[in-house]
Amino acid sequence: MSAISINNLCVWFGVGAERSYAVQDVSFDVADGESFGLVGESGSGKSTILRAIAGLAPTWSGKMSVAGETLGPKRSKSFYSKVQMVFQDPYASLHPRQTVDRVLSEAMNLHGVENIDTRIGRLLDDVGLGPGFRFRYPHQLSGGQRQRVAIARALACDPSILLLDEPTSALDVSVQAEILNLLVDLRREHKLTYVMVSHDLGVVGHLCERIGVMKGGRFEEVLTVDAMRRSEAQSPYTQHLLESSINSIR
Amino acid sequence: MSTSQGLRNWLLSEEPTSRRQARFASWYKGWLTLRSNKLTMFGLYVLAFLLLCAIFAPVLATHDPFAQDLGQRLLKPGENGHLFGTDSLGRDIYSRLLYGARISIYIVLLVVMVAPLVGLIVGTVSGYAGGWIDVLLMRITDIFLAFPRLILALAFVAALGAGIENAVLAISLTAWPPYARIARAETLTIRNSDYIHAIKLQGADPFRIVTKHIWPLCISSLVIRVTLDMAGIILTAAGLGFLGLGAQPPSPEWGAMISEGRKYILDYWWVATIPGIAIFAISLAFNLLGDGLRDVLDPKEDNS
Amino acid sequence: MTDAPLLDLENLWVKFRTRSGVFDAVRGISFTLGKERLGIVGESGSGKSMTGRAVLRLIRPPGFIEADRLDVHGEDILSLPEKRMRQLRGGRVSMIMQDPKFSLNPVMTVGQQLVEALRAHEKVSRSEAHKRALEVLDEVAIRDPKRVFDLYPHEVSGGMGQRIMIAMMLLPNPEILIADEPTSALDVSVQLQVLDIIDKLVRDRGMGLMFISHDLNLVAKFCDRIIIMYAGRIVETCKAGELRNAQHPYTLGLLNSVPDLEHPRDHLEVLKRDPAWREAPSVSARV
Repeated sequence: MSAISINNLCVWFGVGAERSYAVQDVSFDVADGESFGLVGESGSGKSTILRAIAGLAPTWSGKMSVAGETLGPKRSKSFYSKVQMVFQDPYASLHPRQTVDRVLSEAMNLHGVENIDTRIGRLLDDVGLGPGFRFRYPHQLSGGQRQRVAIARALACDPSILLLDEPTSALDVSVQAEILNLLVDLRREHKLTYVMVSHDLGVVGHLCERIGVMKGGRFEEVLTVDAMRRSEAQSPYTQHLLESSINSIR
Repeated sequence: MSTSQGLRNWLLSEEPTSRRQARFASWYKGWLTLRSNKLTMFGLYVLAFLLLCAIFAPVLATHDPFAQDLGQRLLKPGENGHLFGTDSLGRDIYSRLLYGARISIYIVLLVVMVAPLVGLIVGTVSGYAGGWIDVLLMRITDIFLAFPRLILALAFVAALGAGIENAVLAISLTAWPPYARIARAETLTIRNSDYIHAIKLQGADPFRIVTKHIWPLCISSLVIRVTLDMAGIILTAAGLGFLGLGAQPPSPEWGAMISEGRKYILDYWWVATIPGIAIFAISLAFNLLGDGLRDVLDPKEDNS
Repeated sequence: MTDAPLLDLENLWVKFRTRSGVFDAVRGISFTLGKERLGIVGESGSGKSMTGRAVLRLIRPPGFIEADRLDVHGEDILSLPEKRMRQLRGGRVSMIMQDPKFSLNPVMTVGQQLVEALRAHEKVSRSEAHKRALEVLDEVAIRDPKRVFDLYPHEVSGGMGQRIMIAMMLLPNPEILIADEPTSALDVSVQLQVLDIIDKLVRDRGMGLMFISHDLNLVAKFCDRIIIMYAGRIVETCKAGELRNAQHPYTLGLLNSVPDLEHPRDHLEVLKRDPAWREAPSVSARV
């Protein structure tokens, strides 16, 4: 049973003659517990797919089913308790006037979680932040710390699927390493399914098992990370991306 | 000594341990920023002073503000125990000034309670809902914006009779549209932020999002704008008083006092000028405070 | 005089006066730049961008610069009056920044900006400037210079905008080019193209290049010499080819924390920041 099943998804903006397609005819499946990567350059539509799944894209067509539930124009409460998202810019994903405590407790309140006080402590522990961070405001946190809070918020309701929209691209390399390690650990502990968007093949290679390569709103190809490591890409575009990315000196 | 030091450390702590501490710490830091701006503090002191004058007017006044004494007309400031002299009916200007402060503050409070709140609601609903609701509310806003304030006040007075409350009503009805526009502009920007997307993904309904997440962010701009508008509101009220449309005689409203002193301005300048200086002082004080509040409430976010 | 390095910096400090004391963004660094490509690598807060701006004396109050020596081709610029500094900026030392969206003037056409850049430094006629602008657009591999000349910045792609930025900065024939994260905002395939252009131009014109970046691997492949900065100090300097033999734990940590497609690891190495690194004196990178 797939955790996520997307068929012929099209997402567009604008009306009538001014319609422009961000995503065209995309289909893929993500199995339960799998980690699927979406890579491509800017404008390829990868982030738009995530937003469409999350219910943040207004105009789309096709068939999407998540955790057995077919998705309609609006998302249900039960959807939100199974699927959560982590956003790209840590400086924009936390409300500037709310403490960490407020952010997490509101999320839990909305999902009807009990024992909020103890759960907050545990959540902060899970993401590697101590209790001292609980009552800080976002401007008192570094980029990496903010991203950890965003991850904690996403985990507040115990979801089974995480949508990750370039979660480390705005972070320093050393901080990125910490967050990537955290994501690997969390997936193992909570048996999560990941759909991760990134432009960085190294990051995607570290975290994912299969990758969909996107260009101009369409899928160029879907391949396993292993195949990618052996440079066994079918599409010349994927080959080109691989060549541009190999820049390690070790 | 040690308790105040302890309190200061508690407020400046990098790791607050309770919601209350975090909130107080936030306010305290804002206060420190405000305090470092000398002009702003000057404005704040002037306002505090005027507020105290208004509150303690019965204690501070030397004479009854309504007592006329035609034998003591148009005395110079300092003569016969009248600190600022007397007006054309022999009333002590200083005492009238103190009681007039009450009226000015009353007007300001009434307008502040109504106009920004209405503007906030209209603007945020309009900005968040979009579509035809946005169009409808904004056109209504435009209609009210098109009314010149004094003309509307005249119309109200003609319809409902002169008096402070009607003047305030007229001012409020024309003061809320700019706040609606500010609130709407802020909402349009905030609406697309990731933190709003995130709370939507937690299942929050639009009412919660607008009141709990968007309003706190709009309130800073509104507070700044209100403070800066105060001067204008007071001047408008004074203008209405000057025209005889606001507070009615013998009320010691500052604008009305200027109007009464108009005839004597060449030979007895203090009758009109001193209330004028009072209006100038309160307007300037509000402007300076508003400027300083902007630095506290709306600092450029550091994204480095 | 002609033997002097293009840029000679000794004991540079960049400080900011804040409410809670003086904050040191750059703490006593020294290096020289010849006709080579020098990479300055560091994370956010390391002071690398501040260094670039300090060379051009673009630090505004409450920030200020202190240095024992700040020479451009043998000439001291620390005490230069602002008027001469303006001639220097763009004329002898140019800078390209990260995002052309923010560094190109949105209300002027590309051509207007190029012409203005040139005429600010050389007395040339409009037609001569127009010709030179078209020539330099061609040099940065823009295929249809006449068409691009009349476009506005929002009408060109990121990669093209960055190439226009490079063209604009190189028109007045500077000796030194400071590039502050010139490819970070670009897609991967466009990055290489832009880097190739920078490389060719710098080589052909015999310029010195100061390449500021957070990407150690990129700098290692593109530059001749590397400086690694941390907390306002230089912690290590080496030739690009010898990066794999780096000694300092911070450098090694940076190298190891990047996920490598070809060498998968279960967990990435997490950099343990040693407070001693902040306190250790700056390594001199003067040649």
